[in-house]
Parts: sequence; C-alpha cells; structure tokens
Amino acid sequence: MGRYLLRRLLQLVPVFIGSTFLIYWLVWSVPGDPFAGKCGERRCPDQYVAYMTEKYHLDQNVFVQYGNYMKNLLQGDFGQTFSQRDIGDIIATAYPNTLKLALVALAIEAVIGLGAGILTGLRRNGFLDNLVLVSTLFLLALPVFVVGFVLQWLLGVQWGIVKPTVSSEMRFSELIVPGFVLGSASVAYIARVARTSIAENRRADYVRTAIAKGLPMRRVVGVHLLRNSLIPVVTLLGTDLGALMGGAIVTEGIFGINGIGREVYRAIVTKESATVVGIVVVLVVVYLLMNLLVDLLYAALDPRIRYE
Amino acid sequence: MSDPSTASIVSTPAAQPTDTPAAPGPQSNEKPRGLLGDAWRDLRRKPLFWISATIIVIFLLMAAFPSLFAPGDPVNGALSRSLNKASGDAWFGYDLQGRDVYARVIYGARASIVVAVLSVVGTLLVGGAMGIISGYLGGWVDTILSRVADVFFGVPFVLGAIVILTTFNGSGSSNSKAEIMGLVIISLIVLSWPVVMRLMRSSVLATKEADYIVAARALGAGSGRIILKHLLPNCLAPLLVYGTIMVGSFIGAEATLSFLGVGLKSPVVSWGIMISEGKDFIRVAPGLVFFPAAFLVAAVLSFVMLGEAVREALDPKLR
Amino acid sequence: MSDILVSEQSAPGSGGSGRPSGRLLEVDDLRVEFRTRDGVAKVINGVTYHVDAGETLAVLGESGSGKSVTAQTIMGILDTPPGFVTGGHVRFHGKDMLRMSAEERRRIRGEGIAMIFQDALSALNPVFTVGFQIAEQFRVRRGLGRAEAKKRAIEMLDQVKIPNAKGRFNNYPHQFSGGMRQRAMIAMSLALDPEVLIADEPTTALDVTVQAQIMDLLAELQRERQMGMILITHDLGVVADVADRIAVMYAGRIVEEADVYDLYAKPAHPYTMGLIDSIPRLDEKGQQLRTIKGLPPNLMNIPPGCPFNPRCPMAQPVCREKVPPLLQVGPARASACHFAEELVNRV
Repeated sequence: MGRYLLRRLLQLVPVFIGSTFLIYWLVWSVPGDPFAGKCGERRCPDQYVAYMTEKYHLDQNVFVQYGNYMKNLLQGDFGQTFSQRDIGDIIATAYPNTLKLALVALAIEAVIGLGAGILTGLRRNGFLDNLVLVSTLFLLALPVFVVGFVLQWLLGVQWGIVKPTVSSEMRFSELIVPGFVLGSASVAYIARVARTSIAENRRADYVRTAIAKGLPMRRVVGVHLLRNSLIPVVTLLGTDLGALMGGAIVTEGIFGINGIGREVYRAIVTKESATVVGIVVVLVVVYLLMNLLVDLLYAALDPRIRYE
Repeated sequence: MSDPSTASIVSTPAAQPTDTPAAPGPQSNEKPRGLLGDAWRDLRRKPLFWISATIIVIFLLMAAFPSLFAPGDPVNGALSRSLNKASGDAWFGYDLQGRDVYARVIYGARASIVVAVLSVVGTLLVGGAMGIISGYLGGWVDTILSRVADVFFGVPFVLGAIVILTTFNGSGSSNSKAEIMGLVIISLIVLSWPVVMRLMRSSVLATKEADYIVAARALGAGSGRIILKHLLPNCLAPLLVYGTIMVGSFIGAEATLSFLGVGLKSPVVSWGIMISEGKDFIRVAPGLVFFPAAFLVAAVLSFVMLGEAVREALDPKLR
Repeated sequence: MSDILVSEQSAPGSGGSGRPSGRLLEVDDLRVEFRTRDGVAKVINGVTYHVDAGETLAVLGESGSGKSVTAQTIMGILDTPPGFVTGGHVRFHGKDMLRMSAEERRRIRGEGIAMIFQDALSALNPVFTVGFQIAEQFRVRRGLGRAEAKKRAIEMLDQVKIPNAKGRFNNYPHQFSGGMRQRAMIAMSLALDPEVLIADEPTTALDVTVQAQIMDLLAELQRERQMGMILITHDLGVVADVADRIAVMYAGRIVEEADVYDLYAKPAHPYTMGLIDSIPRLDEKGQQLRTIKGLPPNLMNIPPGCPFNPRCPMAQPVCREKVPPLLQVGPARASACHFAEELVNRV
C-alpha cells in the first residue's frame, strides 16, 4: 500500500511538470515580448521591466525560467502580479469560493444524479425512465453557458425566485442554482451511469442469490445491489470534484462568483502571466491528486482490485 | 480535466434496456447476419435515428447553401431597424445593429459545423494514429505517448483553450477569418486527442491478442497489413460513434469559446458570438439569445442523439 | 393443445390438478413462457414432479430444456419480464406458493427451500466476505447478534469441510478456489436448515476431481439432514450415485420419470435412450461417440406432435400429429412416448 502510493505519486511528477510547463511556455514565451500589453495601454515602466526580468529570469531561456519558477513555488512563493499583489493571496481568497461551489455542485450531482439513476435503474421503461433519459440527454448536450444563462434568466430575472448573481457572502441558498449549472452535465452523466450500473447488476447472479436467501427486498437492493452498483458512481464523483474546479470559469463568470475560474479568466485577459500559471498549477495538482484518491477509493470499495 | 461535455458523453455506457433474455433453445431458422447488417436493421427501426439524421442533413444543407434558407443579409444591417420586432421580412426580428437575426442564425451554422467537423476529423486522425502506434508497439513508445497524453489531459479543457487562443489570437492580433478558425480547430484538437488516443489504444490492446490476429501473424502477415486489414476495421466502430458525438460537443465548445470572446470573432457569424452579443439585451429582446441558443442546442442534440443511436445499435450486448 | 392431458393422467406422484397431496414439494402442470421482442418462447409446458423428505430427485435435460427455469420458478427468482408463469401450481406442504403473498413466499426461501447455483463465483456477492454472507442469514432471518451469527457461520463452514473455517471467515469469494467456493455456497444455502435443497448444476463449473467431492458432500449432507433434494444436471454420470428418482426433461416437458435403476436398465423414451447411449464408455474406446442427431427445438416454434419427433429414430406419422401424454408405464415410472409400452416390454 505504502509503496503503491509512493510509486503513483512519483508517476504524477512528470505529468505535473508537463502540464504546468505547457501552460508556462504558452503564457510567458510564445507571445514574444512578455511585457506587450501587460500594463494596460502604456508601455511598462523600465524599472518594473527590470524588476520582473530579474525576478522571473526573463533574460534566460524558458527552461531556466520554469525551473526558477518551480523552485520558488516549492518554497510557497507564487510570485506577484504587476500591481504587486501576492498571487498566493489571490489564490487563497478565491479558492475557498470555488471549492464551496464545486462541493455544492457535487452534492447536487450526488443527490439528483444518484436518485434519478437508482429510481430508473430499478424500474426501467416507465414514464419516469423515459423522462430521465430525455432530460439527461439534454443536459449532456447543452453547453454550460447556455444552461447557465437560461436558468439565470428564467429563475433570476423572469420569475424572480432566486437572485441572479451570488453575493460575496456565498450563502448556501445562493449557490444552489450555480452549483446545478456547474454540475449539469455531470448530473446527467451520473444518472446514466448509475442507471446502467444498477440495471446491469439487478440481474446479476448474486442478487438472485440474495433473494433466494429470503432476505427482505429492502436489504437485497439496499445492501447487495447498491453496494456493487455504486462503485463506478462513487469513483466518478471523485474524478468530477477535480474536474469541476477547472470547469468553473464559465459558471463563475455568469453568476459573478469571485472564484478561481473568474480570477484566471481575468488574468488571461489582462495578461497577468504569473497569476495564470499559479492558478493552473493549483488546478492541475488538485486534479491529479483527486484522480489518485479515486484509484485508492476504487480499491477500497472493490476487494477484487489490489494494489500492485 | 477535459471538458465534461466532451469527455462524459462518450463513455456513457449502455442506455437501453437489456431485456432480451438468453432465449432458450437455438434459433435455427434465422440466417446469420453480420454485426453491421444487424446494427443497420436495428437502426432503421429507431425513430431517434431518423429524427436526428434528418436534423443533421438540414443543418449540413444550411451550412453548405445558407442562401437557400435565408434570403436576407446576415452581415450588414441598417441601424434604423435596430432591435425591431419580428416581421414577414425577418422572422426572428433584428439585432442591435439592425441585422436580420433569422439570416444570421442560418448563416451561423456554417462556422459552427465547419469548425466542429474539421476538429473532429483532426482529433480522430491524431488521437487514432497515436493510439494505434501506442497500442500496437507497446513498450517504451507506449509509455512515452501515454505520459504525453496525460500531460494534455491534465490541462483543464476550457482553461487550456482560453490560454491557447488568447496567446495566439489575443485582442492585439490581426488574424484573418481562416486563421482564427484554424486556431480554434487546432486548440480543440490539441486538448481532445488524448481521449481518442486512450479509446483507440485500449481498443487495439483488446484486439491485438485476439486469436484471429495471432493467427494472422502466425501466417506471416506483416505489421502494416495487420493494422490495416484487421485492427483498424475492428476499432473503427467505437471511433465513429465517438466522432459523431464529438461533433455535437465541439459545436458546443466552439460556441462556448466564441461566447467567452476568445474564439471566432465578428464579422464571422456564429451562434456563440450571437448569444454573447445578445446577452446584454435579454430583457428587451430575448429572441437575440433564444434563437441562436435554440439552433445551437438542436445541432448539438442531433449529433449526440445520432451517436447514441448508433452506439446502441452497434453494441451486441444491448440487443 | 392436447398436452393438458398430462396433468389429468396420473403420472407417478402427481397429486392431480387441484387437491393437496401431502407431498413436501410438488410442481403441478407448471407453465412458463418468455415474452421477448422476437416472440414468445414456451419454456415450460406442463411440468409435474415432486420431491419428499429424505429423497433426491434428479432433473436431467439439455440446456434449454427448462430444468433451471422450473427451479427458478419454485424459488420465485424468475426474471419477470421476460419470464411469466402462465399456469400450474407449486405446492410446499400443500400450500400453493404461486398464490402466496410476497412476504409469505420470502419466508419460505432459505428456511423452507434453499438453492445452490451453478457458478459460485458469480452467485456470491464479490464485495462482501464469505463469512458476512453466511452470517447475514442468521442476523437478518434469526435476529442473532454479530458475535453469535459469526460463530454459527463458522460452524457452517466447518460442516462443509472448509479447512481453517475461522480463518476463512473474512475472505472474499475471489480468494477461494472453485471447489471451496462451492462449499461456501452450500454452507450458505444450508444455514437456515431448509427442508428442500435445489442444486442447479452444482458441479458443472468445477474440475472433475472436485466434482466428485462436492457431490459426495451434497449426498452426505442430504442424508444427515433428511432433506428433499432436487438435483438439476445435464450429466447422466453425476446422478447415478446420488439420485433416487430421475425426471428427464425435453422442450419444457417431463418426457420420462423413473427410479434410477429402472431408467438406466430400460429407458422408456427414445430421448432417454439417446442420452444413455451417448455416455462415452471405456469398452468402446476408439469407436466414434454416439450422439443424438439434430438440435433441440426452437421454443418459439415447437414442432407439432411430439416435440422430439424430428430427432427421434423411431418416429411414426402419429408422432407428428399427437402430443404423447406422460403416462404410467409400470410401477412408479412414466413416459411421454406413443411407443412407451413397446419400449418397456422389449426384451
């Protein structure tokens, strides 16, 4: 177990370096002059150019730059923006908001997706089943920004049920609609996976055995059937938590949530390269660690899987 | 961390019931059919297939000959007609700059579909080739290619696309229409190929050890022949299904990027741009958002539905 | 169809159609069909058999003959849809299980009638330990506490001769070997001390040497507990030592029923003759194996007359017109062949 974990962690290192280097190279090196358009309309002040060049080793090649950046990063130094704000602070302020949003989305996915999946998996081809199949197809097909706009407009503007944007306090009730929007595709996906998984397992031999043992139906479904069917769903939810954070750009933009997605979008548009790279690093790390966690979880849930 | 709408639809397993029991006793009277013949027989009976195929044909015609559908001018407008309501001349009304919304929605199909189809073709070619090489050769080639795929897979889809596009297509750049389209296509390919590669790789790995491949090798067939004659036809079905669904996802992705202001740009007509432009007037003229959004959704849905229908028909387990 | 006759004629042990007979478990004129997209398959077409305490009935037939579906109907684990019971009775202690409430029926499962499945690997739940799955019965059905249930489960594992039962308690099914897994399955089915045990091809998935061990174990447990046992198999070799009576099924019907000895000595149905002839024999080494020509009928389209007639070496015109009823052809034996008398009386 310990050795497996260590090996997996070591495997993550090249992927981490590759992903972050790719982004680093794109935002710092490709455009040529790294200061072009970075200080608004004016040229950047010479003093500032000199400072940044020294700090980020911009006079050297991109590998040296990246290496130095990583060295600072490992000491907890994310660097500073052009306006001298600590990027670490920006992330520390914005990240909890995104995490909160992602957790709400995850909870909605789990409740609605799983609920719909279990109900339809047990009772297929009824009205409810077809309703769920059609609506999940829609949710899967609709781009997030369309879902977001439609819901914001309908619920927030037309009917006035919720506030169209989220306040800075990030109350739970305000996050339900954005959370649903962020998780909309995953809700549908989880509902479908759960449905298929339950429908497949429902006819499994061991379910038949459990019935033949004379167990009450509640126990057959609740213990024997669910425990097996939920393995793929739980792992899916885990992977999703990592993915949701990176996918929050559009949702956060629509609902005015001060999260990591909005910060990174702002940073990209204003060409704050250091902020972009810093946030991407955090997102990639979270994503990779969540995937690792899911693998471990999978082995914990299914005794047939063993760490090699 | 790829876009959930791209990655997720793909692997959605079996959606249809598996009601057919192990029919007792062999059915001796029926003549044997091939998998494809079976799939086609199954498809023909599905209303979902016919509906989605019809919509797709309409959209393709729309992309090829937009003037057949809309006589109006999608690009030039008269400010005097700004935000005019729908009329016999312009079924969906006029936008802020007095352009015919109906004509724009129709002409918008071309950009969306061209970008989506070309990106899918590119993704399938790049990902498919990598997958075959990786799966067939194995060893260190496989290790390296798989790690490279992991790297691209680790970049969040929307974020990655925004970074690529702002880098090469930022506000200061003066790319031509074709160049912008090319950039959007390339960024979609760059961020999506790992999914196809993994699909193809596992498909090749699964077939590679199949007895008939081993037999072919034992009979002295070369690598090229085995890949072309045996591996490719077997892996093609899942790839085609994935490709069809991916066209739908990419139409949505292109619209998302244009909506965010980093994809296609005016004067190119695209649904994403229209929604982005119309969103500030949603209170006064909801049609500016509604019509392009409806077309976008219809286009995405029809490709996704077609893919689903084909997948169900191809999956012998579901029959 | 004239096979209604089957139930009215008295096959051995049949209690007639309506009244209870004092049998432990009896299946009476059972009919089951599978409604599929491609048509309706008549899987069980009037099956009648019974089993009493302390005896073993072997149900013999090719795959698709309906022997397993009959067992599933008895247990109430038939997949519906596509399977539907369209007629007949399954009586346990004279009470018709097909007309009981679901709750009443559930209580019989495990305690009254238990079942062993062919493939223990898929029949045991992969994500729970073997011990949990046995102890579960004591906890849910008997209301025992965790420790007591565990003790009883270990006793059960001991009884089926699993070495180191205590240590194996916490193992998962995939950590057992095939034979040990089937023993665990047997332990689980016997946990609530059932009166009838249905064993559905219990040794098919096992190596030949292990097959014999499992059959011996089953026979021993059946004797000790004086259970009624229904042994479902397609393997004539398996049944000879264990069974008291044999019922041969073909196309959803019983075509012959007899004591083991009688059946082997003088089969009263051409299908049974074919089965016995196709057992490979050592003294015929080097000769070609004999088989029954042709394939079992398509159950969506069973041929008119005797369902076996297209494959039968003795078929006459009458066989293509009339379904032969299952008739008594001697003491405690019955056959559904127009020429059963001739077969029995041949020298």
